[in-house]
Amino acid sequence: MVKYILKRIGYIFVSLFFIVTITFFLMQAAPGGPFASERKLPPKIEEQMNELYGLNDPIFVQYTDYLVRVAKWDFGPSFKYVGQSVNDIISRSFPYSLVLGIEAILIALSIGVLLGVVAALYHNKFGDYVAMIIAVLGISVPSFILAALLQYVFAIKMGAFPIAKMDTFWHTILPAVAIATTPLAFIARLMRSSMLDVLSSDYIKTAKAKGLSGRVTIYRHGIRNAILPVVSYLGPLVVQVLTGSFIIEKIFAIPGLGNEFVTSITNRDYTVIMGTTVFFSVLLLVSILIVDIIYGLIDPRIKVTGKGDQ
Amino acid sequence: MKKVLEVKDLSVSFHTYGGEVQAVRKVNFDLCEKETLAIVGESGSGKSVTVQSIMRLLAMPPGEFKTGEILLDGENLIDKSEKQMEKIRGKDIGMIFQDPMTSLNPTMKIGRQITEGLIKHQGVSKREAYDRGIELLNLVGIPNPERRINQYPHEFSGGMRQRAMIAIALSCNPKVLIADEPTTALDVTIQAQILDLLRDIQEEMNTAIILITHDLGVVANAADRVAVMYGGKVVETGTVDEIFYQPKHPYTWGLLGSMPKLNHSKEKLQSIPGSPPDLKDPPKGCPFAARCPYSMKVCDQHMPEFKASSNTQQTACWLLDERAPKVEPPAHIMVGGENNE
Amino acid sequence: MSQPQLNQSDFERMEYMQSDAEKIAGESTSYWKDAWRRFRKNKLALFGVFIILFLGVMSFAGESISGHNYYDNDLMMANQSPSAEHWFGTDNLGRDIFARTWYGAKISLFIGLMAAFIDVLIGIIWGSVSGYLGGKVDEYMMRVADILSGVPYLLVVILLMVVMKPGLWTMIIAMTITGWINMARIVRGEVMRLKNEEYVLAAKSLGASSYRILSKHLIPNTLGPILVTLTLTIPTAIFTEAFLSFLGLGVPAPRASWGTMSSDAIAALQYYPYQLFFPAFFICLTMLAFNLIGDGLRDALDPKDRR
Repeated sequence: MVKYILKRIGYIFVSLFFIVTITFFLMQAAPGGPFASERKLPPKIEEQMNELYGLNDPIFVQYTDYLVRVAKWDFGPSFKYVGQSVNDIISRSFPYSLVLGIEAILIALSIGVLLGVVAALYHNKFGDYVAMIIAVLGISVPSFILAALLQYVFAIKMGAFPIAKMDTFWHTILPAVAIATTPLAFIARLMRSSMLDVLSSDYIKTAKAKGLSGRVTIYRHGIRNAILPVVSYLGPLVVQVLTGSFIIEKIFAIPGLGNEFVTSITNRDYTVIMGTTVFFSVLLLVSILIVDIIYGLIDPRIKVTGKGDQ
Repeated sequence: MKKVLEVKDLSVSFHTYGGEVQAVRKVNFDLCEKETLAIVGESGSGKSVTVQSIMRLLAMPPGEFKTGEILLDGENLIDKSEKQMEKIRGKDIGMIFQDPMTSLNPTMKIGRQITEGLIKHQGVSKREAYDRGIELLNLVGIPNPERRINQYPHEFSGGMRQRAMIAIALSCNPKVLIADEPTTALDVTIQAQILDLLRDIQEEMNTAIILITHDLGVVANAADRVAVMYGGKVVETGTVDEIFYQPKHPYTWGLLGSMPKLNHSKEKLQSIPGSPPDLKDPPKGCPFAARCPYSMKVCDQHMPEFKASSNTQQTACWLLDERAPKVEPPAHIMVGGENNE
Repeated sequence: MSQPQLNQSDFERMEYMQSDAEKIAGESTSYWKDAWRRFRKNKLALFGVFIILFLGVMSFAGESISGHNYYDNDLMMANQSPSAEHWFGTDNLGRDIFARTWYGAKISLFIGLMAAFIDVLIGIIWGSVSGYLGGKVDEYMMRVADILSGVPYLLVVILLMVVMKPGLWTMIIAMTITGWINMARIVRGEVMRLKNEEYVLAAKSLGASSYRILSKHLIPNTLGPILVTLTLTIPTAIFTEAFLSFLGLGVPAPRASWGTMSSDAIAALQYYPYQLFFPAFFICLTMLAFNLIGDGLRDALDPKDRR
């Protein structure tokens, strides 16, 4: 197990190396970028920039400098806001995104699993149809449209929720729901089909043949097995929530990292773009590793393949 | 001998998009203590549906009991509520399924799977159940039960898993054990071991066994009596000897003819041409009439009644009517003779 | 049951009709015919097809029906609610939303279809070569795919759009640069599964070339999953377009897409909610339609998975 985790951490570093390299050279190629050759800046700022970024160094030197700095978890100063470092921006804004993200993941998981189970238990009956209509709508309505709709109806028209910003728990509900909806719908569909598979499997018949009640059979033998595909969806779920946060935070004016990222794109604040990209990648790779470890803990069969992998 | 289980006039249908499938039609048989009854027939003959009806494991709807009763010690299981059935399943009737690779829960330890039923039906503590689980694993011939009980199904081989399944089915000492093709998915060498195990356990625990199979070799090895099913109906019943040495139904002849025999190894196996009837629209007469080489006009129109040819053997075939032409079973199917035994 | 009245003639032997016995009830149909029959029965999927056809026609005819074009602005007429003159109203520059909606349909559908089509093309080639050759080649090809998909799809697309000049084809390129990976994995999985099937081994033992085996045996048999993935890729691409437009990385003005229209409308949501309604409604409708078709196809092509 330890060996497996170490190996996976090794892969993470390889992936990160590629990601940092690719982002660096992409930004290098960006028109009007800080590292592009044709810059039009006032000479004074130009000079300052040179100090800070070593823009006149050969590309290779710039690249190794950047790599070394990233390795030290230092993403450098913002390209647009003088006196702010990318690290500052991240540590200031990330807590908002984290709270919102966790809330969205919890909503998506709990309601998605519930809907899926209900749909499977009432297969081809009313409950199934309702759950699947919710799911197909959830997949078809883009998160930002839903966000705008929620904001318009519940905040602007009804005044039941705050329109924007994030000061209290009450503020987080609408954005969290907007982020959660698409993954929720995916989870509901995944859970439904996996639950239907499990319910028609032989070991459910075995459980019934033992005289276990319907409820015990469903909980103890059904859901526990059916939830495994949902667990392996947790990785993509983190991605969904993260990219979902970009626009939703913007719409609800939440000062989170997603919002900062969007702003940095509009401002062409390249160092922030690079820094947040690397930060997002680390976040994702680590959460995918955690998901895989969790999966190994719940599914006893995984250890065998883990051994084979070493 | 005391009858443990009686199935009377049982009919089961399934409502599908294509129409009502009459999977089991007026089936009768009984089972005595310490006896093994084999139900033989090809796939789709209704044998699995019959035993799953006994356990009340069929989903209803789409399934439906049309007629008949299933009497366990005189009590009709069809009248029982789901709650009452829960107290019977696993306690009075145990069941083993065909594929041991899929019939155990992959994410639960073997021990827990064995003890679940014990805890539910006998109200024993976890500790006691655990000890009993080890005993059961020992009983079904799993070496190292103390270690095995804490393992997961994927750590067991196919034969071992089927042994574990048997331990689960036997955990509460049931009166009836239903084994639905228990050896079909196993290697031939393992098949014999599992059948021996069932025999031994029957001796030890006085269990009555219903053995579903399409393999006459298994029947010869393990059964006392046989019921041959075709097209949702029982067409012939009798003791193993009667079925093998004096079969009366042309379908039974066909089954015997398709079984390889050591002493006739050079001969071609006889297949039964055709396919089973469509149970959405079952034939009015004998279900086998369309494939029967001896069929008569009457067979198409009227279902033959059972005719007893001994105390134990009954056959539903018009050939046994005194008006029918005399037909001898084809010679090649006969098991008896100088080369045998 | 009482014994029926029978006479001797009923016991005459019947002519044994073997051919009759061999007859199988029910007509046997080919895989695709069968799938088509099942698809046709699925009302929701047919509804999806109808919607897409309707949107397709309107994307060409819509502008001329309205009597306006998508780019004429008239500041005197800005932010008008829907009326007889402007059926869907006008936007903040006084452009006719009805005309823009159908022009947007053209752009959104084009991006969706094109991106999905390119994904499929690259995916089939990459996946089938990787799956068919197996071994080291497969390992390297899939490692490349793994690294490319290590970064989230939307992040890659955003980064590329930041770097490249905004435009229709830029967007399609950005979407397809890692979008094909999913398709490649599916094709690879199917090819690996199928290449050990007996009929492929039979073709091989008869001396068929690799190219022939791939093109005649393997790829046609993976068409089902490919088709389903294709249908479900289109809504993703349409969503991505809208998403990018929202970040200001979409098709540049005066061109309109549903994404840019929604994005503009959200800014003025509090005052002119109808401006969001139309583009948002059609994005949702299109995605819904493709999702329904995709689900219908999956059910039709894989009956054992039918739920």
